[in-house]
Formats: sequence, C-alpha cells, structure tokens
Amino acid sequence: MSAVWPHLPVLQVLIPLFGALLAGLLRRPTPAYVLATAVSWVAPLIAGALLWQVVQTGPISYHIGGWAPPWGIEYRIDVLNALVLVLVTAVGAVIMPFARLSVAFEVGEGREAWFYCMYLLCLTGLLGITVTGDAFNAFVFLEISSLSSYVLIALGHDRRALLSSFQYLIMGTIGATFYVIGIGLLYLVTGTLNMADLAARLGPAWAEHSRAIVAALAFVTVGISLKLGLFPLHVWLPNAYAYAPSWVTAFLAGTATKVAIYLLVRFYFSIFGIAIDLRLLPIADVIIVLSLAAMLIASLVAVFEANLKRLLAYSSVAQIGYITLGIGLANQAALTGALVHVVNHALMKAALFLAAGAIFYRAHTTELKELAGIGRRMPLTIAAFTIAGLGLVGTPGTSGFISKWYLMVGALGAGQWIPAFVIVASSLIALIYVGRVLEIVWMREPSAQMAAVGDPPLSMLLPLVVLSLATIYLGIDTEWTAGIASMASTILLGGLR
Amino acid sequence: MSLDPILRVGTKLILPFILLFALYVQFHGDYGPGGGFQAGVITAGMVVLLAIIFGLKAAQRIAPKGLVERMIPLGVLIYAGTGVAGLIMGQNFLDYSVLAHDPSHGHELGIFLVEAGVLVTVSGTMTALFYAFVERGR
Repeated sequence: MSAVWPHLPVLQVLIPLFGALLAGLLRRPTPAYVLATAVSWVAPLIAGALLWQVVQTGPISYHIGGWAPPWGIEYRIDVLNALVLVLVTAVGAVIMPFARLSVAFEVGEGREAWFYCMYLLCLTGLLGITVTGDAFNAFVFLEISSLSSYVLIALGHDRRALLSSFQYLIMGTIGATFYVIGIGLLYLVTGTLNMADLAARLGPAWAEHSRAIVAALAFVTVGISLKLGLFPLHVWLPNAYAYAPSWVTAFLAGTATKVAIYLLVRFYFSIFGIAIDLRLLPIADVIIVLSLAAMLIASLVAVFEANLKRLLAYSSVAQIGYITLGIGLANQAALTGALVHVVNHALMKAALFLAAGAIFYRAHTTELKELAGIGRRMPLTIAAFTIAGLGLVGTPGTSGFISKWYLMVGALGAGQWIPAFVIVASSLIALIYVGRVLEIVWMREPSAQMAAVGDPPLSMLLPLVVLSLATIYLGIDTEWTAGIASMASTILLGGLR
Repeated sequence: MSLDPILRVGTKLILPFILLFALYVQFHGDYGPGGGFQAGVITAGMVVLLAIIFGLKAAQRIAPKGLVERMIPLGVLIYAGTGVAGLIMGQNFLDYSVLAHDPSHGHELGIFLVEAGVLVTVSGTMTALFYAFVERGR
C-alpha cells in the first residue's frame, strides 16, 4: 500500500482511463457496466485519500515521467482541487447504480458498452483537468472530457439530441479554442505552461507585456465561461441537458460545469491574481453583472418552461450565476459560499435530474402538463425531488440555504446591496418555478394513462434518496463542505496581490 | 470500376509498398520526420484504397470491423501500459528510464512502444471512420 501512496494523483486519472479502454475492448453491456461501477467506486476512495493527505500535510506534487516542473507536466493537488476531486468522484459513484436500467432503456442495445466507455473517458478528462498543474495539460483533458460528453449527449433517445450535441460541439470547440489562444499568449509572454511558474513569471512580465496578458485573461475567461455556461454563453446548455440521456444530464450537471468553474477559480486566484492586481481591471464587475443577469433572467425563463428537464437546465444556468457571483465578489465569505455552492448545487441538481430520469423511465415523458398528479403514483421519487427542489430555493435546513447564506454575508460584507437583493429575488423566483412543478405533481388529479406508473426499482431509487438526504445533511452539518471550502478560500485569497 | 484492369492490377502492385512506406515512416520517426500518427494514417489509407477498388467486403476480409474497432482502445492501452510499466518498476508514470539497463536505452524503448500504440490507435480510428461513412444508408 505504501508503494501506491505516492502515485495516487496519477492513479486518480489512470484508473478511469484504463476502465474506458477495457470497456471499449469488452464491447458487451454487462461487463462494461460492472467495470464502470468498479472504477466509479474506487475513484472516490483515491480522492478521499488525497484530500486527507492534503489536509494533513499540504499540497502534493507529482512529476509525470520523472521530469521536474516547470519543464515536465506536474500534477499538483491542494485543498481546492482535492475537494473538487471528491465531489466529482462521489457524484459518479452515487449515481452509478441508477445507470444500468436508465441507460438500457434510453440508449438501447448495442450502444451500452460504448456508452460506459465514453462515460469513463469523460470522467478521466474531468479528473485530469482537476489534478493537473499544467495549463496546457488542462486543455488536453478539457478536450477529452468535452469530446466524450458530445458523444454521451448525442446518445439521447430523441433525435433532437443530435442537434443539441452538435450545438454544444460548436460552442465547446469555440470555448476550447479561446482557452488555448489564451494559453498561447501566456506562453509567448512567459515561456512556461506550468501554472505555478506562470504565476511567478507573469508579474515581472506585466510591465512590458500588459496588453498581451490582458488579452490572455480575456480569452481564458471567455473560453472557460463557455464551458461552464455563464450567461449569456449558456445557450448550448438547456438543449444539451434536455435531450441527453437522463443519467448523462445528472452526471454532467453534477460534474462538468463544476470542473470548469474550478478551472476559472484556478486561473483567477492561483495564476492571474497572484501575478497582477486584478482590481486594476474591470473583470470582477463584468463577472458580477453577468452572474446577476443569469440569476434573474435564467430563473425567469425557468418559470415559463413546459418541460421538466429544460426547466431544471435553466435553473442550472441561474445557480451557476450564484457561484460566479461569489467568485466575482472575491472575499472570504463570498468565495467560501461559491465553493460550497459548487458542492451543494452539484448534489441537488444530480438528484433533481435523476428524479426526472426516473419519471421518464416510468412515465416516458418529462412534459410538465402530462405529469399531473404523478406524485401520487411515484411518491418516493417525487418526495426526493421535493427535498432537492427546496434545496434549490434555499430553504433553511437544506444545503442550498448554507451556500446562499455565505454568499449573502459576502455580498453585504463587500457593501454590495444589489447582489444581496438579487440573491433574495432569484431565490423567490426559484420558489415560483419549483412551486409550480410541485403543484402539478402533487396537487392535481393523476391522468388515466399514468394509472399503471409506480416508483422505479430500488437501484434507481437509492441514488436519488441518498442525494436528497445529502441535501438535508449538508444543510445541518457543514464541517465537510463549508470547513474545507473556507480553508481553500483562505489559501486562494491569501495569495492575491 | 471493378472492370478496369489497370486500376485493379496497379492497386495490387502498390498495396504492399504503401504498407512498407508506412512502416518506414513509423521506424524513421526516431531520426527524422514521421512517427506513429503519420504511419497510422498511411496504413489506413491502404485499407481505404483497397475498399475503393475491390469493394468493402474485400477490405473487411483483411481488416474486419470488430478488429478495427478494438484497435482504437488497444493502441491507447499499449501507450498507457508503457507508462504503467515505469510505474510498476518504481518510477513515476511514463518514466521510461527504468525499462532497460541504461536510461537512454530505456527512453528509446519507451518511445518505440508508445509510437507503436499511436500507430495501432490512429490506423484503427481512421479505418473505423471510413467504414462508418461507407456503411451509412446500407
């Protein structure tokens, strides 16, 4: 065991990679599923060990191929990315039992093995972005996760899945291109790709090359914002989430956008923020204004959506606005709130999309008008949906309340009254769109064709219940989320100029 | 096209040389331009030419679909496996210096295996893409 210990950072990425390759070689649904489950359950153990190690002894550095940084590729793990690793792997592990029946139903015979291969490849990419300390290596993993997620989305049962996957492909490719242009500019100015080395060299280069560095900052910001779905660059997200297989939506909503947010935080607080005084640039104002727009406009659009999955997708755009608001405000409480909301929103959105998937599995539709009274037919599913939905609103006693509380404290602490007002307003709009769904599914008379519908099998119900209970648990015990997030934001803010 | 003797005979003559050239590009990669990616594309080009002149069936007799699709993950497995070999021998992932008695030979062997993996994956992917397009609408 002690021989494995120093290699954990690379094993975190390698095990899903080997899983993907073996799933591609096996080509049969059941072995591929067993393999994907095994990998998904081992991954959080490694992530947990890394988090424990980081909290105990500080950052870990792993040199790929034995080449020392800044020349070689370095995997560097601190509290921030260890937290994201635990989140991503935990979401994957918890929702895995749901996949078997849901994927067999929606993706269909003959494609299941490839589906699990692509899922594991996507997981590889997401974990790779998170562990790496090299800006270009992050681009490579970004492409691995993006390409595999285009495939996953295109496997949706609806033909519109192809179109939305293509739309995401175009937007995602523009995003990745912008990111790599930004990295190119940074490389031109500093001659390095290692993140820590970039942070050290950008400062001295600022006097001579400030224009190139500002351009790089803009390109990186727009590129990553496209991937994380920051308003108004979110247009790919609602379609992709609505037409992807339900399980894929739950997985991507819980992980992909969150990893992109991590990358943005990494660039702002561990690279640019260390090298130059970001208060000289209007970057924070831009982020805050866009976040506020996302929180209000996307929430309002969600109120008028007729399809449950699209409604939840627009709600995701709004909730991402909360997270980027915390990044823009950039004080201790706000950044803690943003990082806590990354975790909390990932878990509750995964629960909500799993509930939508369970509804689709039983009722074959997610159109709201056809779901009247379905709560009486699928009480456990809809109960879990209700809990996670209340978390979305930010009801006290749920995890959503904790993150919004931190954000509120951060906004007021910065003397910003408008964001504080918008947090409340957006939560009230969330109450309307969640309330609208709850009214339809609980209060109305069930229609005749829903007579035979019931709760899904235990393998689908269990992940759903675990995630919705996590929404309550993380609303009461905040030691893991808020504790580690505040540790991470202290480190991030401590390095700023 | 199947009636044109010049194309058929010409193709038969040229096919082995395409493969030979692919191998030359593969092994010359150590000393000059070339390597697994280019060699993989040339290899796949040979299968494509065969399919255009002699039909898809003839091509799939030499490069069956199942084999081609398995080559895609197999090549990456060779690449990643080379990295893990270094890891098992007590060094970091992708450290080739322990693969042979002396570090520079180890690096040579490591790069050789990695390039072989690239060849397998690229030729498999290119051929699979070609099959996917040709079989559309059948």
